[in-house]
Amino acid sequence: MKKHVYLDNSATTRVVPEAMAAMREVLEKTYGNPSSPHRLGLEAERVLHASRRALAAACGAREEEIIFTSGGTEANNLALKGASLRNVRRGRHLVTTKVEHASVLQVCRALEKQGFTVTFLDVNAGGLVEPEQVAEALRPDTVLVSVMHVNNEVGAIQPVEEIGRLIKAKNSGIIFHVDAVQSLGKLQVHPAGWHADLVSFSAHKIHGPKGAGALYCRAGLELEPLLHGGSQEKALRPGTENVSGIAGFAAALRLCTERREETLAYLAGLRQRLLSGIQAQIQGTACNGPDTAAPNIASVTFSDVKGEVLMHALDERGIFVSTGAACHSRRPEPSHVLLAMGVPEKAIASTLRFSLSAENTAEEIDYTLEQLVEVVADLRRMKRR
Amino acid sequence: MRSLLLVRYGEIALKGKNRRFFINRLQENIVAGLRDIKDCRLMQLDGRLFVEVGPADVLKCREKLSKIFGIVSVSPVVVAQNSLESIREAALTAFREKARPGLRFKVETKRVDKRFPLTSPEVSSSIGAWLLQNLPGLAVDVHSPEQLLEIEIREKEAYVFTEKLPGPGGLPVGVSSKALLLISGGIDSPVAGWMAMKRGVTLEALHFHSFPFTGERSLEKVFDLCRLLADWGGSIRLHIAHFTKIQQEILAKTPEKLLVTLLRRMMFRVANHLAERTGALALVTGENLGQVASQTLESLRAIEQVAALPVLRPLIGFDKEEIIALARRIQTYPVSIRPFEDCCTIFVPPHPETRPGLAAVAAAEAPLDVEGLVSSCLETIETHILSR
Repeated sequence: MKKHVYLDNSATTRVVPEAMAAMREVLEKTYGNPSSPHRLGLEAERVLHASRRALAAACGAREEEIIFTSGGTEANNLALKGASLRNVRRGRHLVTTKVEHASVLQVCRALEKQGFTVTFLDVNAGGLVEPEQVAEALRPDTVLVSVMHVNNEVGAIQPVEEIGRLIKAKNSGIIFHVDAVQSLGKLQVHPAGWHADLVSFSAHKIHGPKGAGALYCRAGLELEPLLHGGSQEKALRPGTENVSGIAGFAAALRLCTERREETLAYLAGLRQRLLSGIQAQIQGTACNGPDTAAPNIASVTFSDVKGEVLMHALDERGIFVSTGAACHSRRPEPSHVLLAMGVPEKAIASTLRFSLSAENTAEEIDYTLEQLVEVVADLRRMKRR
Repeated sequence: MRSLLLVRYGEIALKGKNRRFFINRLQENIVAGLRDIKDCRLMQLDGRLFVEVGPADVLKCREKLSKIFGIVSVSPVVVAQNSLESIREAALTAFREKARPGLRFKVETKRVDKRFPLTSPEVSSSIGAWLLQNLPGLAVDVHSPEQLLEIEIREKEAYVFTEKLPGPGGLPVGVSSKALLLISGGIDSPVAGWMAMKRGVTLEALHFHSFPFTGERSLEKVFDLCRLLADWGGSIRLHIAHFTKIQQEILAKTPEKLLVTLLRRMMFRVANHLAERTGALALVTGENLGQVASQTLESLRAIEQVAALPVLRPLIGFDKEEIIALARRIQTYPVSIRPFEDCCTIFVPPHPETRPGLAAVAAAEAPLDVEGLVSSCLETIETHILSR
């Protein structure tokens, strides 16, 4: 049988059978509209309620603090636009970092066009921002600070707790948003401990379905909705709820919350196996990111090999990874994260991201290493003289 | 009400003894092109082609006809008998929705059947007067009309129409034998293929894939381009040849600056064999003169030296802007500019030889096992049939 090794779990994940079963149940049986007053509607509302309780429990929040969205991008949009536009009387200044996901960076760009000023903080070579940098960037008219928990490309874990503490110490009115799309279900996620007012989540990064996500919104904080319509999700996210997606989200979350601690250690072991294998067996490689990165993400530069070509070659051998550069034009566009970390463009073009999940095995890592050794050697041989 | 579309064909009417063959082919192509539209029928009346179509499908039908080579124009017509009364009624029907107060119009008549009792100018002025009487507020303007009403009087019937929708022209696909297009994924080659089809050629396509240097998505792009071309030619057989081994050999054994020339010579050799296998009588390329360094006459000569068949280069005299305009018109442009590398861009050396001499090329090729490489490349070919 042809090998199938999926190491692109930060892009998306396979839906676990438990989530699929929960979704199927809703699609087949509990298909009522949660807003309908009849029994079928009530049953759907119960599913929604149970899912909300599960997510609230997973992050130490209250049920009414969870707003279901269509995913991480919508959660980030709702957080940034919703909070900024609601609070323009307090100012028009935002602070974020250069390594955020596009759904934060591009929202900031859009807000700039509406008269906001945004400070984009530099990061160090490990992709980390210093809490003091954040504190220093704060101004009297700062409305919101947005910092991601785990970076999706290099796995850098930002010191969000310390950042939150410094922000609130300086001005408790400043809204703190954390994009926790990559950390939910893997690291400990606790908005209150981070002093965060808003936290974004996504289902499909934790073996749930695409099309479901959530925003934690601290009780008492008001947002301007992106959409207008019915009163679902406290009128912050009108539209009939994606009940099946949300049920799948909750099922997936329960599973990875139960096993979080053991998964953490397991993934760290796999990552170490991969990285030390690469280091030992392939010359001219470098791992990007800080020393203590998230256990599921490894960004590795293979000098003198084009990342895209390496990806295709691994693809043929049944191994799925992603590149450090997205080929947006004839000339590949280097990753903004690696650029911000000071990685040279040439190295970025030679970078792969491996992202693991609990479904991966040590055998898969060994197979990947074996193939990598072969492919990298082949491609380097082929390189132009 | 059902619509009747008059389909005009141009130069194929001129082709002497072959006329029947050309028209039959056009009819087959029209039937094939309209096969998704259930409620329509192709008819031949009085020596002309008509498509009769139900009201729901008129627009779709027009759209399909606009992509069938050999059609010069299409007009929705109202049919009348060969009598002035009948033509009057038809004119009124045809003109009613165009008419508005102040509209300056003109009636033009063509009388194929000279037995008709009135001359063409007489018919025009009579119908013009009739329209003025029956549709208030119109004005006749024979010098610069805003709207024409045309009448064509033939032996059995007369046709009245107000619109002439341009067709793509050219010759019906299938009348000019088969050719093999070398398709890359860039802007030029699909346009070249389209131009060959426009001259009646049945097109097959050959793409060289350089996995892992190019990925699945760059293949998908070529599939999509062929699907778009198939929209104009019925269906396209696409052959995918795996070229990586040849590239590696050339990289390893020959001077870097002749890389592009040597790669293209190998492509042509593979194409020669494939053409023989499939019965293609010519190769078609998107090559252009002087557009990039490798497209000098010297370079084209060095490449063409190995071609066993005529090489058609329909874009040879075009400017880039002209090619892009055509690519936009045939809708291949947005696909061609999708950001995946193709086999032509990936290995280009920084300073390619722009004027390769034949002797130098032969010397550079000497260390290669040309025949062995070509035959092993031929073995990798996979064929797909793509249709609209």
